[in-house]
Amino acid sequence: MSGENPKHMLRDVFIEQLYERMRKDSSIYFLSADFGAPIIDKLRSECARRFINVGIAEQNLINVASGLALEGFTVYAYGIATFLIMRAYEQIRINLALLASLRKMNVNLIGVGYGLSYDVSGPTHHCLEDLGIMRILPNIEIISPCDEVSTRSLVEYTLDNNFPKYIRLDGKPLPAVYDSHDRMPLLHGFKSVQQGSRVCIVSTGYMTHKALRVVKLLKEQNVNCGVVDVFLFKTIDRDALRKLLFTYEAVVTLEEGFMNKGGLDALISGVLTQQEFSGRFLNLGFGDEYVFEIGDREYLYSLYKLDDQSISATILDLVKKI
Amino acid sequence: MDIQTLKDKAKWVRSQTMYLHGLAPQTRIASSLSCVEILVALFYGGIMRFNIDDVLWEGRDRLIISKGHGSIAMYPILADFGLIKKDELRTVCTQGSRLGSIPDPTVPGYETINGSLGQGLGVACGVALALEQKKSKSNVFVLSGDGELFEGSVWEAIMFAGQHRLINLRIIIDNNKVCMLDYCRNIIDLEPLEDKFANFGWDVKRVDGHNIQDLLNAINSSLVVGGKPMVIIADTVKGKGVKRLEIDSLSHIKMLSAAEVDMIIEKMR
Repeated sequence: MSGENPKHMLRDVFIEQLYERMRKDSSIYFLSADFGAPIIDKLRSECARRFINVGIAEQNLINVASGLALEGFTVYAYGIATFLIMRAYEQIRINLALLASLRKMNVNLIGVGYGLSYDVSGPTHHCLEDLGIMRILPNIEIISPCDEVSTRSLVEYTLDNNFPKYIRLDGKPLPAVYDSHDRMPLLHGFKSVQQGSRVCIVSTGYMTHKALRVVKLLKEQNVNCGVVDVFLFKTIDRDALRKLLFTYEAVVTLEEGFMNKGGLDALISGVLTQQEFSGRFLNLGFGDEYVFEIGDREYLYSLYKLDDQSISATILDLVKKI
Repeated sequence: MDIQTLKDKAKWVRSQTMYLHGLAPQTRIASSLSCVEILVALFYGGIMRFNIDDVLWEGRDRLIISKGHGSIAMYPILADFGLIKKDELRTVCTQGSRLGSIPDPTVPGYETINGSLGQGLGVACGVALALEQKKSKSNVFVLSGDGELFEGSVWEAIMFAGQHRLINLRIIIDNNKVCMLDYCRNIIDLEPLEDKFANFGWDVKRVDGHNIQDLLNAINSSLVVGGKPMVIIADTVKGKGVKRLEIDSLSHIKMLSAAEVDMIIEKMR
């Protein structure tokens, strides 16, 4: 990628594209737990009957969404990631995960601000748990785009697939990873964004940007590190992913969430161990503690040895052991 | 059906519910006995529109059973209409049966997953909105317990329904006044319950929940008044029909022995 790389708020990208569809398709509802975005002003004036602000009431947000979906409507339920999924976790479990075993329901939870997106807001707004707790639930797909291009193509995916989904979007603007002519391999659920040799980072969302920065640092040390971006967690093609990762001698997961709690690391180690992986596996992320320190995202990372330099050094050590 | 036939139906449903409890003591008998007349009014009183050949028929009225545990009384009704086979009733809570102690939509006639209290009304709000958008004439009925009104999610939904004037939504509260461990009033007194709903924009009726005629009058009036969602507070007795349960604040977790069930059913004849 060369030249200017403007940043995009992925929630704006997602809702803008959805808005274009909502104008033409009266079967789409957009519910918000009193959470906004600039594009929502347009959406709620043009699709007034199908935009509902339920108030700061995430439990009811999910239940109302479930009821609408039972009647055949496609529903988007929008809120801050941590409150959307954790305040209403039981509603998601009962009225989406469980009920979707028996009834078709196209409910799309759009959670904004995973990880440390809301850096200075502190631990109530941080969301280091989402991948783990949402992966546990059957029947719900997890969608985790990292940039504008992947977000756009995943909007269509949410419309076309009639089951519950959790779409996690960063709370801060992100630059492009993919070129505008790139096609997202939706049947694979992942994409190799950097071909490497010997070592590969598997990441998702914001961490894919970080991984690409780490790759540059490693290159200076003559280490050619690959990057795989995961964007669909449930329907991911495990066989294809295994085939790709088995070409490496070391695999490192990098996630903006707790380690060893069922998140990206668990997904990837499961993929690797399904057949015996002879290489090394390392998971990077946050330990078993909350982040109370105040500062911007990268400052917080540096406190937990997850800044680009530290990660690069860790991977360099790993490569030396191969 | 005339009122006497409805009363006979209620008697039959009550005895069948006890019969099921005799077979499966895991079922919540006291909670199921308090809502017998409510279910009879809905199913036999000409209120609910449904199609036994197509349980998801678009023109049906939606019945959302929020008090899952206490809806075993619906099993005999579903069997009476042929939605499940009469023989199947005997399988309740046995291996391989689809009739558990808390019903879910694997049983034809149930719309939602039940058993987690305080969830039905919120889902019903979404269904009511959807039906309005579809310009459907169908109504949404919710059968709720009074104990589950302690759940905060219910009040989120009560506020929502009032604000959005969901006129096709009716909640019937089986107000049997007993939770699991005590009388509700000793835990958090829900009264004056009419005022609470009225203040959130609901029409309110309060009736004797064991009087089928009163129930029918209230539900029917709710279908013509319009303008607001309606709550029918049906004052009931938990364990209705079984003296020792009727006076027990712990009736929710009490079981009847098979011999006791036989004796009570015999007496009812």
